[in-house]
Amino acid sequence: MSKLRQTWFGLLFALSSKTLLSASILINGAGATFPYPLYSKWFSDYSLVAPDTQINYQSIGSGGGIRQFTDRTVDFGATDSPMTDEQLKKLGEPVLHIPTAIGSVVLSFNLPGERDLKLTPELISAIFMGEVKKWDDPRIIKINPGLKAKTDIVVVHRSDGSGTTGVFTDYLSKVSPAWKERVGAGTSVNWPAGLGGKGNEGVAGLIKQTPASIGYVEFIYAKTNQLAVAQIKNSQGEFVEPSLKALTNAALAELSKMPTDFRTSITNASGKGSYPISSYTYLLIRQTMSVDAKGPALVRFLKWAMHEGQTKASALEYAPLPPALVKKIETAIDSITIGK
Amino acid sequence: MKSSPLPMNNQNTSVFEKIILRKDVRFADRVFFWITRLIALLLVGLLVSMGLFLLNASSLAIRSSGIVSFVSTSVWDPVKEVYGALPVVYGTLVSSVLSLIIAFPLSIGIALFVNELAPAAIGRIVGFLVEMLAAIPSVIYGLWGVFVLVPFLREYLQPWLISKLGFFPLFEGPAYGVGLFSAGLILSLMIIPTISSISREVFAAIPRGQREAALALGATRWEMMKLSVLESSKAGMFGAMMLGLGRALGETMAVTMVIGNRAQIVASLFAPAQTMSSVIANEYAEATSDLHLSSLALVGLILFVVTFVTSSLARLLVWRVTRSQRKLK
Repeated sequence: MSKLRQTWFGLLFALSSKTLLSASILINGAGATFPYPLYSKWFSDYSLVAPDTQINYQSIGSGGGIRQFTDRTVDFGATDSPMTDEQLKKLGEPVLHIPTAIGSVVLSFNLPGERDLKLTPELISAIFMGEVKKWDDPRIIKINPGLKAKTDIVVVHRSDGSGTTGVFTDYLSKVSPAWKERVGAGTSVNWPAGLGGKGNEGVAGLIKQTPASIGYVEFIYAKTNQLAVAQIKNSQGEFVEPSLKALTNAALAELSKMPTDFRTSITNASGKGSYPISSYTYLLIRQTMSVDAKGPALVRFLKWAMHEGQTKASALEYAPLPPALVKKIETAIDSITIGK
Repeated sequence: MKSSPLPMNNQNTSVFEKIILRKDVRFADRVFFWITRLIALLLVGLLVSMGLFLLNASSLAIRSSGIVSFVSTSVWDPVKEVYGALPVVYGTLVSSVLSLIIAFPLSIGIALFVNELAPAAIGRIVGFLVEMLAAIPSVIYGLWGVFVLVPFLREYLQPWLISKLGFFPLFEGPAYGVGLFSAGLILSLMIIPTISSISREVFAAIPRGQREAALALGATRWEMMKLSVLESSKAGMFGAMMLGLGRALGETMAVTMVIGNRAQIVASLFAPAQTMSSVIANEYAEATSDLHLSSLALVGLILFVVTFVTSSLARLLVWRVTRSQRKLK
């Protein structure tokens, strides 16, 4: 009897102390929507590994993430394209860009009966500038001899500002001087042609519904909506389909050019088998973190993300980081100091 | 105030004076008066502070380009930091006016049917169902628009209109489905409950004797409605229309989902466009530069002022009409 009672008390005690502990460290973050599926998996899995740490993440967009991080309303930010020099100056303190995974933007199209389409960088730029207007344009037929569609092309793009648009326009600005001159790169741009859909799901929905349309979405949205995806000619002249392997290839090919602060773009990557429209996505971490428990807890989480976290990426269509890069990132994580 | 327990002997002193100055008023009444007063003033203060907040947030954009050139230039290019709001102002006005053109006659018809023609039981049911339209969340309208209305317009209505009336710039192709036309249609559905229920209120304020007089003079039912109902509620119907307009101007979600989100000024109703509220919803989350944020706030300020002015005008009209007619009764 007394033994039973002891066990009960023990259990009660354990439970109560556990609930007390689980609320002890609360870390807030905000930013990019693009890695949100991966991050929400990470944070829920990590709460099992480290029950004393709870991480809240709001996917409000990269721009909002940078804003809130600068205003110090969140403990960490998240962004798809690295902060610009101007933004860093405004921040006024050293910040680490920690790459967490590699994602890609794919060109999806809706041509009844067609699943294959090859596109060159010049063609993509011309289509999105509204210069190539029809599917039977000689420039399209030349590389897609079997294509039977004769209708007008309906271009679909994001209407909301987004990291996806940032990556896509960064790519187009690299491969097309005309695009760079007329439109440029940014999270919101002045589109020369087409319809705007709100969010990846908005663009995917418009493509799915509108015959003869073409647009860009993140890889996972094309997969879940079963949209046809175009092969894109990379800098080596190969037509490459988006795949995790092709993303890793792009990252590996550009690895030697990786700067020490990790702020880089891997669109139009060199190297065999690289998919050209891909990008790292980053967490923004202050170089000097708060003295309270948050700082060390965040560092522990980052280390976890670089190991166990990476194994969870591919199931959600994000390519894991190359091991050589993970080593460099760990050195950077070790350089984080706690306290002023 | 009629049910207040206070002595109301002197018509010249205000309720305020009565409560504050008189010593025989109970303490609890005083407390209650102050609490309600505080809450009411708090809301007014909130409205003012919203306006001030928008003014403050948009000061950079106002200084850099001036309001006049902001609303009269048409390039919106966040990359080159050039902001002109003319296309979004145009998109807002055209989609709202289009929705009014569709919704106004329908709403008046509904109001006449419910108030004047239908048997009481049926009228109540129809009136209730129409008002239920206002309870549907706008994102549901948007989804319905995307999955039902837009495909229907693209496959059937728009190609037909283009083939019959395509020579007229308003109906020029191509038929995307999404665009000003779909936005106008969705908006008209959303403002019908507003316009019809206000119109019903206005009609109901007309004395019964006026209708009976018309009928007694040998008017048919339609003539009676025309002479004694519609004729004397012109100002009230106009007010109802303005309230509908106020709702249409500010609607965001449903419009964003079907308008095609393209800041341009094109004659065709089938072309994609962009509205003031949708540009804010679209770009605010990812805007990082100060001028971009400030320009979005300026768009918000313009929208705030425009909807405030239309709504207050409308309220004033409806209020005056119903008041003067209640007196007649």
